Amino acid sequence: MKLKLFGVCVMSVGMALLQGCTGGEMVRDGEVPVEDRSIGAEQPADDSYDGARVSGAELGSEFAGRPVDELLNDPNTPLSKRTFYFEFNSAELSAADRDALATHARFMNEVREVSVVLEGHADERGSREYNLALGERRAKVIERVLTLQGVAREQIQVISFGEERPQALDHDEESWRLNRRVQLLYSGY
Amino acid sequence: MMKFMIRSVAMLLLLFSWQAQARLVIEITEGTEGALPIAVVPFGWLGGADSRTDVADIVAADLGRSGSFAPLEKSQMPGEPHSGNEIDFAAWRAAGVEHIVVGRAQRRQGEGQDELVVEFQLFDVVRGVQMTGYAIPTNSSRIRRVAHQISDIVYEKLTGQRGAFNTHVAYVTVERSGKESIYRLAIADADGHDEQVILTSKQPLMSPAWSPDGERLAYVSFEKGRSFIYMQNVSNGERELLAEFKGLNSAPSFSPDGRRLAMTLSRDGNPEIYLLELRSRVLTRLTHSRGIDTEAAFSPDGKALLFTSDRGGKPQIYRLALDNGRPAGKPQRITYEGGYNARASFSPDGKRLVFVHGNGKGFSIAVQELQTGTLRVLSDTRFDESPSFAPNGSMIIYATERNRRGVLEAVSVDGSAHQRLGLSRGDVREPAWSPYILK
Repeated sequence: MKLKLFGVCVMSVGMALLQGCTGGEMVRDGEVPVEDRSIGAEQPADDSYDGARVSGAELGSEFAGRPVDELLNDPNTPLSKRTFYFEFNSAELSAADRDALATHARFMNEVREVSVVLEGHADERGSREYNLALGERRAKVIERVLTLQGVAREQIQVISFGEERPQALDHDEESWRLNRRVQLLYSGY
Repeated sequence: MMKFMIRSVAMLLLLFSWQAQARLVIEITEGTEGALPIAVVPFGWLGGADSRTDVADIVAADLGRSGSFAPLEKSQMPGEPHSGNEIDFAAWRAAGVEHIVVGRAQRRQGEGQDELVVEFQLFDVVRGVQMTGYAIPTNSSRIRRVAHQISDIVYEKLTGQRGAFNTHVAYVTVERSGKESIYRLAIADADGHDEQVILTSKQPLMSPAWSPDGERLAYVSFEKGRSFIYMQNVSNGERELLAEFKGLNSAPSFSPDGRRLAMTLSRDGNPEIYLLELRSRVLTRLTHSRGIDTEAAFSPDGKALLFTSDRGGKPQIYRLALDNGRPAGKPQRITYEGGYNARASFSPDGKRLVFVHGNGKGFSIAVQELQTGTLRVLSDTRFDESPSFAPNGSMIIYATERNRRGVLEAVSVDGSAHQRLGLSRGDVREPAWSPYILK
C-alpha cells in the first residue's frame, strides 16, 4: 500500500498540496522556508522572521513525493488540521477552516483511495437529541464543502456523536469550545 | 383488591427476577410547606426472627418525597402501635399529626420461611376512624415492592390522586476509566433502589423511552458505530434493531397505544420526524423543514406530537396535530419565552408540558400550561436536561450536574419539593419515568 501510493503527492496533486508536501504553508515560487518546522503548529507563521528574510533556490532535483501515510502523519502540513471548531449552536466555518478544507479536498481528489469519516460533536449544553442533530449538521457542512470541491460522496461518511463523546470533560467555556467540533478521520491508505 | 395485589406482585417478580443491587441513594434537598402531617409508625414483626427492611421507613420516605406529606420523625412519636386498637389518638393528635399508618408483618401459616403477610391500616387521627386497611401476602425479597404499594394506597386515599411510588425509572450511566467509557442502561425503583442493568456497552447509549405497557424500552445505541434505534423487552432482554437508516436514527418515542414509534431520522437529508408502525414496519414522514426537527413526544390521546425544531432559527417547541398517524395541518410553535426550548413532553393529563428551557444563563426545567401559555421554571441549576413526568403527573425527574457529576433529581410539579438520586460512581443521565406497569 505504501509503495503503491509513494510519490502520488508530487505526481499529480496541485500546487497547494505540493506545498503541503514540502511542509511550508505559503511557499512562493523560488522560495523555500528554512524555518524550523518541528514545532508542530497547525498554522505556520507567515514567512517574515524578525526582519531576517531567507530565500533559497529551487533546484528541482530532489524527489518530493511522500507516502500518503507519512504525509497524513506529518504535523506540519495543512492536512494536519483535522479538527474544526464551532460557536455555540452554530455550524458556521471560519475562512481559515475553509482554506484548510480546500487542501483536504484537493488531497482527497487526488488520492481517491482514501476515505474520511466526519465525526460531528456538540458541547454538553442543551438537550442531547438536539445536540446529536447539531453534530450532524456541523459534519454535513464540512461534507458539503468537500463535495462541492469534487470529493466523491463515497469517500465521505458522516457520523454524529452529539455531546456523547466529549474531548474535554470539564463543565466550562474552554471545554465547551473544544467539544464543539468536527473531526476528520482518514482511512483507506 | 386482594387478588389484584397478589397478581401484581407475581408480575413484578417476573419482571425483576435478576440479581439486584441498590446503588442509588436518595437525599431530600428541599422541604415543603403545606404538607400533610402524617405518622408512619415502625411496623411490628410478629415472626420471632429479625425484621430486616422496615416497611415504615420506605413508606415514610415515599410520602415525604412527594412533597405532599410531612412524615413525623420517629423520635417525635408518642408510642409505637402496630394495630388500630393500640393507638392512643389523643396522644397522636397532640403530636400534631392528622393521619397515622400502623402495620405488622408475620410469617404465613403453613408456608415457607420467606412467605410473609404484611398488614397495615390508615387512620384519621382527628376522628379516630380507620380509612383503609389491607393484608398483603408477599415474601421477604419483595418487601420493598409491598412498601411502595402501601405508599400508593395511602397517597391515593389522602390526596385523591393515584400514587406513583410503585413505578420505575430507566436511565443511562457512564463510567470513565482512562480513555474507555462504559455505558449502561439501567432500571431502578422510582425511589432509586434496586438498580438493574439491562444493557452494557463501550459505545454511547441514549434516549431510553418506555412503551406504554412498561414492557419494552426503545433507545439509541452506538454499538455498531453510529446511532441506531433498538427496542428491548425489559423482562427477558430480547431486543430488535428498529432503525438503521443512513444518517441519524434517534429520539424514539412510543405512541400511547404502543403501536407506533416516533423517531428522528436524517435519511432524507436532515433530521425529520417519522412514524414507524411497529407491526407493519411502514414508515411515514411527518415533518418537512430545512432545520433540525427532533425529540418527538406524543400527547396522551395520541392526537398530537410535540417536537423540537430550529426552523425559526433557534430550537423551540412545536406541536403537530395528527389524524390516525398522519399530519393534520401545519406544526404550530408553542414556546416563545427564552432562546432555547427543547425536549418537551406532555403531562399525563395532557394539560401541560415540561421541557428544557434555556434563557441565556443556563438550562433549567420548565413547565408550561398549554391553555394559558404560562411558563414556570422548576429548577435552578445550569445544566438541567431530559425531564420526565411521573405517570400520575405529580413529579418530574430530570438530569443535572452536581459537583461535576451527572445526577438525577426530582421535583414536585409545583416546584415545592426537590430530591436527588445520586449514583455512587459515574454519571447518571436521561431518566425516563416508567408508566404504571400494573394493568
